[in-house]
Amino acid sequence: MNADTSALKGAALPTPSSGAAEPYRPPRRRYVFLLSTPALLGLFMFLILPFLMAVVMSFTDQRLLSPNETEWVGLRNYDRLLSVNWLVQEPVADNGVVQRDADGEPTYPRLRTLLRQDPAYEGYKELTSWQLGDKRLVVLAKDPLFIKSFLNTLQFVLLVVPLQCGMALGLALLINRQLKGIYLFRTIFFSPVVTSIVVVSIVWSFLYHRDLGLFNHYLQAMSFGLIGPIDWLGDPEWAMPSIVLMSAWQAAGVQMLIFLAGLQGISADLYEAAELDGAGTWSKFWHVTLPGLKNTTVFVIISTTIQAFGLFTQVDVMTRGGPQGSTSTVMYHAVTKGFREQDIAYGSAISVIFFLVILAIALLQKRFFDKRGG
Amino acid sequence: MKNTYLSLLPYAVMTTLSVSAVGAAAAPAEIKLWRHETSNIAEIQVSKDAIDRFNKSQGNWRVVAEMIPEGSYTQTVTAAALANELPCILDMDQPVVPNFAWSGYLRPLEGLVSKEALDSLIDSAKGSYKGQVYSVGQFDVALALFTRKSILDKHGIRQATMEQPWSKAELLDALAKLKASGEYPYPLSMRTGWSGEWYSYGYTPWLQSFGGDQINRDNYREAEGVLNGKAGLAWGEFFQDLFEQGYVDRNPSDDKAFIQGRSALDYVGSWEMDNHSQRWGEDLVVMPVPDFGNGPVVGGGSWQWGVTQSCANPEGAAAFVEFILQPSEIAEMSEVTGMIPSSAEAARLTKHYREGGDWRFFYDYSAAYAKLRPATPAYPIISSTFETMARNIKDGSSVQDALDEAVDTIERNIADNKGYGFN
Repeated sequence: MNADTSALKGAALPTPSSGAAEPYRPPRRRYVFLLSTPALLGLFMFLILPFLMAVVMSFTDQRLLSPNETEWVGLRNYDRLLSVNWLVQEPVADNGVVQRDADGEPTYPRLRTLLRQDPAYEGYKELTSWQLGDKRLVVLAKDPLFIKSFLNTLQFVLLVVPLQCGMALGLALLINRQLKGIYLFRTIFFSPVVTSIVVVSIVWSFLYHRDLGLFNHYLQAMSFGLIGPIDWLGDPEWAMPSIVLMSAWQAAGVQMLIFLAGLQGISADLYEAAELDGAGTWSKFWHVTLPGLKNTTVFVIISTTIQAFGLFTQVDVMTRGGPQGSTSTVMYHAVTKGFREQDIAYGSAISVIFFLVILAIALLQKRFFDKRGG
Repeated sequence: MKNTYLSLLPYAVMTTLSVSAVGAAAAPAEIKLWRHETSNIAEIQVSKDAIDRFNKSQGNWRVVAEMIPEGSYTQTVTAAALANELPCILDMDQPVVPNFAWSGYLRPLEGLVSKEALDSLIDSAKGSYKGQVYSVGQFDVALALFTRKSILDKHGIRQATMEQPWSKAELLDALAKLKASGEYPYPLSMRTGWSGEWYSYGYTPWLQSFGGDQINRDNYREAEGVLNGKAGLAWGEFFQDLFEQGYVDRNPSDDKAFIQGRSALDYVGSWEMDNHSQRWGEDLVVMPVPDFGNGPVVGGGSWQWGVTQSCANPEGAAAFVEFILQPSEIAEMSEVTGMIPSSAEAARLTKHYREGGDWRFFYDYSAAYAKLRPATPAYPIISSTFETMARNIKDGSSVQDALDEAVDTIERNIADNKGYGFN
């Protein structure tokens, strides 16, 4: 920064008046292309070309293995993914008297028979329903599992990003000291990251077992039997939070190292000045550390969000999308439909929609952080 | 000196020429073979030995084998099919054979393999599509109920036999007794933790025993009324009840419950016989599966061999297939792996499966109860949809809704693919 640049000033930075500007340009551009071609070729073949293929395939009825010719079907796949509709159901009434079941709730005619008979509702299935007095408002969708998967993925992202980044920041603050053996702790905190996610999922599914798992044993022991055994992976309420916990634990190590680098970039002078002004630990954290970590935090949050949207392995190994679709994510749905059921065009349509959604969210996040910073 | 060398020269030339002539005339055509690599090392070794014996037995063809990891086997074969790089012979899990045949990758075996060889096999050792045979297998497996004599005696439970298998009431009664005794957290182990093909292979037989099926086998286009009719509903409610009553673990952490004595009954295939008999010895008892109303049913069809359309030497491939269908070869595979031999003559040559042999009952179960999975190219989606549906039922969702949703998914997929060749 403070090096003597006066010598450089005399060197020939091409200036218009020197008349020697023009000959410098063409070789630079040529070399730029030559040197970046191998990387650009790789990017093209493995990123851009498959992406374009996916976009084109999503407008056809391409299958992985089929003797039938592939046909252009236009927006059929998107229609099947995104179509939403609604209807209002009257309860079954016998001469004006509403028939009620054992719990006192009104009974309704079987929805599926209605949907199969009416051509306007062809292909629709129930997504969710609300009681309005005696009537029932039913929201229909052509692929309710896709919508559910999308909401599950959003739920996962909203839970895991604060948890993982918070854990990472906490761990980084802990190990940002000059104690002896601090490197041992750094390795220990980072080791979950280098373990295969499949192995981690299998081990945690042992820990999460309702009767034989360690978590329930400790919970019962520590609460003297008050907290009953929680069916971590079998209860639709608890399945996604269980996966959130495990994913945050496994991946916090990487963000921890990034935060550590950011912490070490904050000048010690600022802390000294804060102490001289009489700041306590919390004040120092809030007014010196956090603002100094602003850029790091933005990067960590955006990258964690984008990674979290791609949740697949944990679901595939631990719950297979269950129980009752409560842990199905968009990627899991795309792989099931596209590869296991061989409907690759549908899987491509899912991934195109997902790409647009993630792009929009990433751009929004960046806008949000730029506005706050600027 | 010079004369000696010169006089030896013609002999040297003649020897070289004749050796190379023999070599050139006898170069056998190479036939590529793929088989899936299982954890059963003995099975792989038997295959390799059979290939060696075939290669030595004749000089026209030479089979060269390549092992493909089982976990990604379907993906590997699909990718090779798309890239037009399939081998001459490959082994496939029987239920996907119709899909491969429909996609145009397999040759029908009638005409290539002799009629006697095909007729000698049991029904579940042949994979067909639209009436033509596309694959043949050396072995099969049968589902059964494993338990222990000491458990049956202690709780006063009758041992089921082929003449009188358990009825639904007897099964529930036995489970209630075992659960009430408090010795077993989950008395019945059904391998609910296994994913992939197990749910369809293992649980559809019970659905069929109730009177339902995965699809209407008359037209292979409709599942309405067959999967979600009264029989399907009865099966679904029974299946859900097993978990509600605590007889079966919804999410077992491992599949060692029976081996470790944590469960009393084990519903699994005959491939576990070796492990179970090593663990429990004389105490082990094997019973036929229960009869839920329409007779006991077990699954059928295991890994089978087929010949591809792109094969340059189909006669050579057919010769190899006929070679391994010989009773001696089938018996060898059965002796080493413990699986059911696929022909009656071969069974006579084996220690376990001959009449009066100690594992003969598996052969009898397979002969009496085996029902192949639907011979339609739609099978991959039927299997995947069935797994999702069975998992949802296990986890407590409405049975009729789950069945209906499965029917809708299957029928829509069939319509999308123009009936998969059934019109």
